[in-house]
Amino acid sequence: MRQVGIPLVAQDINQLQLKRSLSDRRTLISTLLSIGTGMATVLACVPLFSVLLMLLWRGGKKLSWALFVDLPPTAFEDGGGFGNAIVGTMVMVGIAAALSVPFGVLAAVFLAEFAPESRTAAAVRFCAKILTGLPSILAGVFAYAAVVLLTGTYSAPAGGIALALLMLPTVMLTAEEAMKMVPTRMKEAAIGMGCTRSQMVWRVVLPTALPGMLTGVMLAVARASGETAPLLFTALFSNFWIVQDGSLAVMAPTASLAVLIYNFSGMPFENQIEMAWAAALILVLLVLAINILGQLLSRRRV
Amino acid sequence: MRATPQSSKSQTTLEGDGTSKVLIDCKIDNLYYGKFLAVRDSHIPIEKGHITAFIGPSGCGKSTALRCLNRMNDLVRGFRFEGHVHFRGQDIYASNVDPVVVRRYIGMVFQQPNPFAMSIFHNVAFGLRLNRYQGNVAERVELALHSAALWDEVKDKLKQSGLSLSGGQQQRLCIARAIATEPEVLLMDEPCSALDPIATRRIEELMQELKQKYTIAVVTHNLQQAMRVADKTAFMYVDTSRGGRTGYLVEYGDTKALFENPTQEYTRQYIRGEFS
Repeated sequence: MRQVGIPLVAQDINQLQLKRSLSDRRTLISTLLSIGTGMATVLACVPLFSVLLMLLWRGGKKLSWALFVDLPPTAFEDGGGFGNAIVGTMVMVGIAAALSVPFGVLAAVFLAEFAPESRTAAAVRFCAKILTGLPSILAGVFAYAAVVLLTGTYSAPAGGIALALLMLPTVMLTAEEAMKMVPTRMKEAAIGMGCTRSQMVWRVVLPTALPGMLTGVMLAVARASGETAPLLFTALFSNFWIVQDGSLAVMAPTASLAVLIYNFSGMPFENQIEMAWAAALILVLLVLAINILGQLLSRRRV
Repeated sequence: MRATPQSSKSQTTLEGDGTSKVLIDCKIDNLYYGKFLAVRDSHIPIEKGHITAFIGPSGCGKSTALRCLNRMNDLVRGFRFEGHVHFRGQDIYASNVDPVVVRRYIGMVFQQPNPFAMSIFHNVAFGLRLNRYQGNVAERVELALHSAALWDEVKDKLKQSGLSLSGGQQQRLCIARAIATEPEVLLMDEPCSALDPIATRRIEELMQELKQKYTIAVVTHNLQQAMRVADKTAFMYVDTSRGGRTGYLVEYGDTKALFENPTQEYTRQYIRGEFS
């Protein structure tokens, strides 16, 4: 409400004041808030960049071809590498993705397109949200009980299943969000063209939502590749290659980067500690590479 | 049920005295969204080879009525329909009718241009692929783009995204997409309301050409547009007397007669701009 007698702006042309002035309360608050957000951004970046710099500094000096092709060094050995752990991590994350992506995406199709308002969907959504907060060690314990005890051995599939359990809710919820972002008018157009519901999903919704879904998959992959706790109970570790004497040692303890870092960082031997740093750097680079690959794949082809 | 829409085009059902060629006989007794009575007592015939315009104030149910003609309303939750829509003599609301098949005969162009996030070519080829068209797809795409008066503007960039076009071009792309499968009827739900006057003009000219081959029903807010393009006009109005906002048909007739000599008081007032 405008008070009578006090003009909102100066009516007299001679009093016209257009310059910015910090003495104006609104200008002052706006400036302070802008500075505040800037400082918060810088502060948030400090731990992020210090971790990366530390990794590059401590892990970078060990970087060599041997890391990728040699087996982990024993206590008093010099040199060595962790080729088996890189392969092991990729195999287990691969298994986890192969399990969680199809189930997650199909479940998301149900949630987003077929029965978004149903009770089943509400229950599934609720469970998925709780699962995203599941302590990763519980996924390990579950896979231990469900797979390791059943098969009688620590193995890559057991590790993969534990990781899949962690990836599933992320993949599902982000895929659902991505499908909901597809404009309704595009879906209407598909129906108007004489599409059945599944044709609409298959030909219009999924291709349009693909970049968003890939982002979710990448996030889940990045998280899974760094998980240590679920692998301790399931894949354990191994000092040998997953391929031994020309045959695939699938149902045997399998090495992974995360567990290698965990094992070696607690060792008293300089060479193994340096290996742990190098493995951490490689792990980060691996996740980065997968992310870039995903971005390239999801880039619109039209 | 995979037959392409033009396969049985030769037979035409004549209704009434045989001089008026009613292709779709739409009789809405009561149309509900949940408990809300949206449209009542509207009998609108769509004649073959003509453009029929639906006019009326906002909320009078003209879009709802249009969307009855190819069962797009089925997607709305709580939708309930009493009445009939006879397309070439068959009731498309009969329980054994597949709405998906109905929509392949009765195409639709929407208010907002809504091309798919794919190339221009694939947008137009979409319906052909959907119907597993066996002939030369590229030829049909070119034909459809010619008919939609878009070919010259896009012939060198068929691989570009349909979303990269301007609003008016996108709408013509959507028209090309709709007519590529040669449906019998084209429903247009305020096709120009998101476009500038020049693009609007182009779409209107296009409609005149398309009516040689297709039967068109168009919803429009723009009275001048209805006068310019339509052969027949249906004027709908909102009835608030029973507490709700229920749309109903006030008057239907030849466009010229309806605008120059309306028989109903509401029509006369609306055309004069006495309410909106």
